[in-house]
Amino acid sequence: MTLSVTIQTQDFDVAHELAQLRQGQAGVGAVCCFVGTVREHSEGAAVSSMELEHYPGMTEKSIQAMMQEAAQRFDILGARVIHRVGLLQPQEQIVLVAVTSAHRGVSFQACEFLMDYLKTQAPFWKKEMTPTGAQWVDARVSDDQALARWGLDMPNA
Amino acid sequence: MKVNVKYFASIRETLGLGDEMLETSAQTVGALRQELMARGGEYAQVLGQGRAVRMALNQVLAKEDAALHADCEVAFFPPVTGG
Repeated sequence: MTLSVTIQTQDFDVAHELAQLRQGQAGVGAVCCFVGTVREHSEGAAVSSMELEHYPGMTEKSIQAMMQEAAQRFDILGARVIHRVGLLQPQEQIVLVAVTSAHRGVSFQACEFLMDYLKTQAPFWKKEMTPTGAQWVDARVSDDQALARWGLDMPNA
Repeated sequence: MKVNVKYFASIRETLGLGDEMLETSAQTVGALRQELMARGGEYAQVLGQGRAVRMALNQVLAKEDAALHADCEVAFFPPVTGG
């Protein structure tokens, strides 16, 4: 089982990453993938760019632990997470979460579980550049609720 | 004991520093937070009780009662917004 996470500034190629994840995995019948991108509008304001800060060391460790937990909860064959940091422009890719399994049910679930988990527990912070200036993005209670659906009570917002 | 304290995002911005090494007699992450708040000024402003401040000890999310040890790493940061 491959569970790997990379934090990087450069963009990623989804097709390449999925091919890598599937390589040598004979039992794979399902591949589920989520990509998060920078929206051009946030809270009604135009976003000209976004800066992503993180806690080097802790980011990788925390996501690795989340992936271990996903592998315990769901019968998956592999998972890959890539999260970019640094300066990003609207429409650019921010995050990739990809999961493989024999059948589709657990792939869908594990993929959503990992996204819900990293949204409120992985140490990243977004700062948006808008016409009225730069502002740090606020954490959302709805994201805490999303994680709570999985039985994890770890409020962030 | 000597501890290494890190600050991130808006907390780092307000304090104007990303990390500092300090000597403390605090036994827990929560006690260290109180000690830093007692410095007043921006420290009290960003780390104040009732503010949404999250904490990590040795790069793992921690609660107020987490026990410090010599040369540990503590971090204070706002609610996270990745993904």
